[in-house]
Amino acid sequence: MLRATLKSLLARKLRLVLSGLAVVLGVMFVSGSFVVTDTLNRTFDSIFADAFSATDVSVRAKPKIEVSELDGEEVAAPLPAATVDKIKTISGVRSATGRVDADGARVIGSDGKVLTSMGPPRLGGNWTGADGLMELREGRGPTADTEIAVNANTAELAGLKVGDRVGVLTLEPKHEFTLVGIWGYSGGRDSIGGVQEVAFTTPVAQKLMLGAPGSFTSVVVDAADGVTPEQVRDRVAAALGADYEVRTGKQLAEESADSIQEGLAFFNQILLGFAGVALFVGIFLILNTFSIIVAQRTKELALLRAMGASRRQVIGSVLVEAVMIGLIAAVLGLAAGVGAGGGLAYLFGSFSDLTLASISVPLSAVISAFVVGLVVTVIAAVLPALRASRIAPIAAMQEVSIPDRPLTRLSVAGGLVFSAGAATLGVGLFADAGDATLWLILGGVLVSFIGVALLTPLISKPVIGALGRLFSWSVPGRLGRLNSGRNPRRTAITAAALMVGIALVTGVTVIMDSAKSSLKAEAAEILKAQIMISGDQTGPRPPTYDPAVIDKTAALPGVRAAAGLWNDMVTIDGEQQYVTATKDLSTLAEAYGTTATPLTADQIAVSRPTADEEHWQVGQQVTVQTARGDPHKYTIATIFAKDSLPGSVILPSAAISGFGLTQPLLGFVRLDDGVAISSVLPQVKQLLADSPEVSATDAATFVDQQAAQFDQIITMIQILLGLAILIAVLGVVNTLALSVLERTRELGLLRAVGLGRAQTMRMITVEAVVISVFGALLGVAVGAGMGTAVAHALADDGITEIVLPWARMGTYLGLAALVGVVAAVVPAIRAARLNVLGAIAHD
Amino acid sequence: MTTVTATNAGGPVAARADEIWKIYGTGEARVTALRGVSAEFGRGRFTAIMGPSGSGKSTLMHCLAGLDTVDKGTAHIGGTEISKLGDKALTRLRRDRIGFIFQQFNLLPTLSAAENIRLPLAIAGRKADPQWWDLVIDTVGLRDRLGHRPSQLSGGQQQRVACARALMGRPDVIFADEPTGNLDSRSGAEVLSFLRASVREHGQTIVMVTHDPVAASYADRVVFLADGSIVDELADPTAETVLDTMKRLDTHTDPVML
Repeated sequence: MLRATLKSLLARKLRLVLSGLAVVLGVMFVSGSFVVTDTLNRTFDSIFADAFSATDVSVRAKPKIEVSELDGEEVAAPLPAATVDKIKTISGVRSATGRVDADGARVIGSDGKVLTSMGPPRLGGNWTGADGLMELREGRGPTADTEIAVNANTAELAGLKVGDRVGVLTLEPKHEFTLVGIWGYSGGRDSIGGVQEVAFTTPVAQKLMLGAPGSFTSVVVDAADGVTPEQVRDRVAAALGADYEVRTGKQLAEESADSIQEGLAFFNQILLGFAGVALFVGIFLILNTFSIIVAQRTKELALLRAMGASRRQVIGSVLVEAVMIGLIAAVLGLAAGVGAGGGLAYLFGSFSDLTLASISVPLSAVISAFVVGLVVTVIAAVLPALRASRIAPIAAMQEVSIPDRPLTRLSVAGGLVFSAGAATLGVGLFADAGDATLWLILGGVLVSFIGVALLTPLISKPVIGALGRLFSWSVPGRLGRLNSGRNPRRTAITAAALMVGIALVTGVTVIMDSAKSSLKAEAAEILKAQIMISGDQTGPRPPTYDPAVIDKTAALPGVRAAAGLWNDMVTIDGEQQYVTATKDLSTLAEAYGTTATPLTADQIAVSRPTADEEHWQVGQQVTVQTARGDPHKYTIATIFAKDSLPGSVILPSAAISGFGLTQPLLGFVRLDDGVAISSVLPQVKQLLADSPEVSATDAATFVDQQAAQFDQIITMIQILLGLAILIAVLGVVNTLALSVLERTRELGLLRAVGLGRAQTMRMITVEAVVISVFGALLGVAVGAGMGTAVAHALADDGITEIVLPWARMGTYLGLAALVGVVAAVVPAIRAARLNVLGAIAHD
Repeated sequence: MTTVTATNAGGPVAARADEIWKIYGTGEARVTALRGVSAEFGRGRFTAIMGPSGSGKSTLMHCLAGLDTVDKGTAHIGGTEISKLGDKALTRLRRDRIGFIFQQFNLLPTLSAAENIRLPLAIAGRKADPQWWDLVIDTVGLRDRLGHRPSQLSGGQQQRVACARALMGRPDVIFADEPTGNLDSRSGAEVLSFLRASVREHGQTIVMVTHDPVAASYADRVVFLADGSIVDELADPTAETVLDTMKRLDTHTDPVML
């Protein structure tokens, strides 16, 4: 029995390749995402191990606000110089060096532009001399307050050489320095992990990087001979008390790597989610292939039954075939995944100047490849296997014509499944299900898809009939249409596979376009400022600008009000909250087009939704802890209407000095009535000359730029779902190829009675186009429905307008037609090349 | 073994084979299917090609119908030498000037009987002549079956649909390959009478390959093939004379080639 299965498997290589390819692609996606995260994880492990290899023990003050890697950069609390002296006196300590080390030293390159970073921080610190790890390559360390040194990576990126005058943006606006030295790292490396570094003298670093003269970020402790780092750590910790975190270099490396891994795990989950979609689509394709295989092998299977094979053996023979395909696909998919994952890691590495760890295959990739490959294939083969076992032995002796089974049962089941899915989705969207919300939504979407797929055969008859009319003007077109309606189940599954990808893309597009248009409408309504100051964030640190620009702008003729906006994460009564601050609330309100009374140094303003959520009332006192400052009690002075002022909690100007970023991120400029934007904008731009991270734009452009972010998300989703759509296209190719094979004799006849090659190809192409446009139509309809539902559910989160992206939906349909044409190429050529004589004699 | 050149007795020629050679395979597997066959098939005549399996009768028909190429010699349909034509011209020739009837009926399952009958005309972008249409449909007796799909028709009915399809375009020649091979004797007799009637009454030319002496007896003339050559022919055959000729030839023919 096994031998018979293997023989039949090998006899149909094309079928094997096509159905296997879907699994290969899915497995590739899964194992690839494991490979890329594993490679990056090990890369960061080694980067941090390296960075802390020369550190025995490091001491830092506990940060005032603990921030996870996903929320942004943590700001270390200042560590007074007295602590350094204290550590020096502890026994077992050979030396203790105060270090200043903080993200946010942005070097202005020789081209006048700020060096961007795609991930690694831009560190600024104090020069503490070369050690075992750092090697001075040129010049010397900074000794005067007007001097700096940079690492070789920065020098190369910025095009700097020793002796150049270099502008650096820090907590303070641009300062100019003389570059006196360039250093690298052991082993000829320009940086560790692509980090850009600037070293100042200690007082300058303290002022510019910490905003706190006389304090440090951390203390690096060297253990005396005969004392282990662990012993030193314990002694220092005991001496300093609970306000300090004392760790060995090894611990630091592990902790830093762990926090990065948290972010990478998230990234991995996103990739796996898309891999899941691709595999889900793959199941449709394999299910279809096996159904067709079983139909084609009816005689063969009936013969086996007639000769005494049991039902179980027939099921077994189909499942063995599935397992073989699954195994082969898993191996190939794993290999492709290692390639793709390695490539992705390489891309990531070259974008962010990382030196990659060698690519290896993690166990997780291997296990997932085989589990996914086998499970997916076997699940897809179960139904066809059951059907195969129901073939009666008598079928071996008869001319088989499988009657069309009625679709009633299938459609009823489809209706039930779809209702269940829609209901689950509804509960997830509109009921308050807490943590289960995401799972309810995902499950609802998945189950709805299965329901629609089950309903598809029923829908296919009228829709395909109608679609086909478009092509019925020619004989090949008419034949193609009839062929596509010939096997509703097969057509339906093929189309449903395409539906999944297109529905998801359409759904996301509906949500994003609705969000975009809501944002624009809202901005048009509430944003009264004509000029905006803002910048694009490239690295972990948002762009900022010199606050003096705001004062100078306010003094320009024609400017009614100009206000800068500071943002940071703080804790309010112990809970994290993203807050806003401005110099003067009434100016901000005027620039924003509303009115407000100024805040005193102990007052804050809160938006209505936030106040409701937190149950705050006017007059209530709250304690705010900023990143650098001391806890401070504020009284809630006003609760302002939603969107009448930017942000949810607004702090007075006194709080700014405690922020992680002490410069504004955003600026609003409102002009006097009748003043043209063009008469003021150039002057604002000029004022920003020393703040190259940001630019001034008119408000309309600003809103467009903000809205463009949604387009980026759409593009990203389109790319990630591309694989699922590609697999669906393979499904169309597969279905057509198998149809051509099945209908060899018909094709022979058509050719014999005078159908030309071109006409034959056109017939196959019409069939493909009808199937794929049908799938896309379903996808667009289902996606628009789901997207609208989600957008409705997000009404409270600011989606006030629901936009159906007709143009994009039309594009998807057009693309589907194109996909049909492309998918038809190979089967059509095969059909056209059939030997007429051989085809007629074919059975 | 003598090679007989089957010539038509004087009248106009619808299809002609001149010294056709057809060889399949190479080396050990080399099989010579036709060894310089020459034959003429008269217009308005019903000719049967007979011979045992492997005699080359189907190959001869395929070469004449432009379904297969010849290795040497020429095949003509009317005045057109088809052995030189490319795929496009051959396709058009088949579409416009040749009709086919197959043993397996070969109807399109998606099309109704009427649509199947109209198919070659539709491919050519032509309309059926209504009078001719009615005549053919009534002759094959399919009027009440026109809307049915092939799966709803019996074997005999399906073959009659195939006959009507071949006749509808009034081709120069209809090639029928064992048209009764898959039918019971009654349905077979119906189909054969119908074919003979179309020759007698409408001047249609039919070339039919068969190994059934009874089927051959419906023809005006029988050409006998053995071992890739024409070995005999018979005018106005009856089932008995055909059977006798076959028995006689059997003893003459090289048994290995059977």
